[in-house]
Amino acid sequence: MEMLDYAFMQRALLAAVLVGVTAPAVGIYLVQRRQAIMGDGIGHVALTGVALGFLTGNNPVWTAVAVASLGAVLMELIRWYGKARGDLALAMLFYGGMAGGVLLISMSDTGSNANLTSYLFGSITTVSEGDVRTICVLAAFVMLITLGLRRQLFAICQDEEFARVTGLPVRFLNLLLAVTAAVTVTVAMRVVGLLLVSALMVVPVAAAQQATRSFGMTLTLSITIGVLVTLSGTSYSYYEDVPPGASIVVLAIAVFAVITTLAAPLTRRRARRAALEEERCALEVATHRVSATGDARV
Amino acid sequence: MASERSEGPAGDIPGAAGRPTTQRSDPSGPPATAPEAASPGDGPGPASGDVEPAAPERAEPVVVVRQARASLGSRPVLRGVDLTVCRGKVAALLGANGSGKSTMVRALVGQVPLTGGELELFGTPRRRFRQWVRVGYMPQRTTAASGVPATVREVVSAGRLARTKLRWPGRGDRAAVDRALELVGMADRARDSVNALSGGQHQRVLIARALAGEPELLIMDEPMAGVDLASQQVLADALRQQVARGTTVLLVLHELGPLEPLIDRAVVLRDGCVAHDGPPPKAVGQHALPGHDHIHPHAAEPIRTGLLI
Repeated sequence: MEMLDYAFMQRALLAAVLVGVTAPAVGIYLVQRRQAIMGDGIGHVALTGVALGFLTGNNPVWTAVAVASLGAVLMELIRWYGKARGDLALAMLFYGGMAGGVLLISMSDTGSNANLTSYLFGSITTVSEGDVRTICVLAAFVMLITLGLRRQLFAICQDEEFARVTGLPVRFLNLLLAVTAAVTVTVAMRVVGLLLVSALMVVPVAAAQQATRSFGMTLTLSITIGVLVTLSGTSYSYYEDVPPGASIVVLAIAVFAVITTLAAPLTRRRARRAALEEERCALEVATHRVSATGDARV
Repeated sequence: MASERSEGPAGDIPGAAGRPTTQRSDPSGPPATAPEAASPGDGPGPASGDVEPAAPERAEPVVVVRQARASLGSRPVLRGVDLTVCRGKVAALLGANGSGKSTMVRALVGQVPLTGGELELFGTPRRRFRQWVRVGYMPQRTTAASGVPATVREVVSAGRLARTKLRWPGRGDRAAVDRALELVGMADRARDSVNALSGGQHQRVLIARALAGEPELLIMDEPMAGVDLASQQVLADALRQQVARGTTVLLVLHELGPLEPLIDRAVVLRDGCVAHDGPPPKAVGQHALPGHDHIHPHAAEPIRTGLLI
């Protein structure tokens, strides 16, 4: 554990924990709404934000937050209004964000290829003290929204039409979720990188739901998996000098594979039992109805 | 009971909405009682002239639709629909596929914009209506599942958000969810994943979700779609208990089925117009058979099921 002696490593690990919590906490809602790919799009757009930071001499994290939020809100609006051609508009936004980012970084003096790579795939050595403070603030915001409003967000992602009729401010919550996803992307980009951030939003959730029955349990387990893989992936990067984003995502997929293998027989048994029970229930209800009403229709 | 419908349920479309004046056709069904919190609403409604003197609170219109028009794309789906549902009544919207019955209820809950006409809920124009806590909605779904596992209880609890909104749920809210689960006979499955349920059980979960907010008006879009007979009976019983508590119900149905004794009034839509408005049509011929396949190949079909010859 000599790696803990280095300040940069302490910062990287702290950032990793925050990423491990926030990415699955937002990702679960995107997966629930079958928008798993949205995080990927926000990551692409955020690159333009990072580049703008380089170009204007501002902190790239904040410019990334601004541009990614704007992009996420735009995606949400496209989802509302752009029914038929929505997918093309989204594709345009994704590629535009990526190309714009590369273009702007090449134009700036401070941005280099090495810098670009660290934003695309993550880096453990570049997390500065200022970055850690920013990441802490942003992560606190993300956790407040995703955990504090989990019932409301669950409802709008489960069945948006129904949620609207309960009188919830669905449009506001959708926009809030989009902005929260954008903020999460920027929290994660230092450690996991913009290209792989979406994987950390999706893979822990996908892994967790192989073994769970409830939303609450899926949320808890996916956060646990998230923290586990970000911490071990970051540590691995320290010893092997690989981009942490890559090792984290490979680990997450490995966890997914293990849980799927272990859970498959369990799920089968559960399904068999449920089918049996159902048969018995239907019989019971039918006999109950007949005896109660004397009605032979049933 | 005096009624402007007394001339018979002919296929003409009256300008003023028909009012449900038929007595409950099922004598064994419990009588409608006024709910605990019968708030008077913002206005007496347009047709308050013929309020029954015996039970004025019953005659309060909860849903009023006047000359509703709506289009999906360029196709007109509603072409001047009138509909009134009074407090404590059960009204069924019937009709073939594409007759506009689903669009009608979706317009009522604000999911489809109207191109003409007026909607009122509890005496308030739809546009200004904010008391969604009084409305329980069951959208047309074949499943209660989504991309992530969720338990029956978690899905039903979402219905309680009408009351809790952004605040944390309390003991009373949990008790209401318990009651809703009990009512549809899913209390023992509360901790199971909705992914493991049958079609009928999904519908029961969706009804429990609509009931969890303890609404005064229940709007249900095809609650019997894909539901086995046993579940249909459970749903009919649950609905009967709600009606006994004074809940007003507007249902979209493909056919009356086990709900028939509950229904005070049937409104048959055809091509976006009201083709029949009155007592539920008696099923005749093969429509009465359980094996009837529910396919109505052309729009004129529903007439033969009804009182209209």
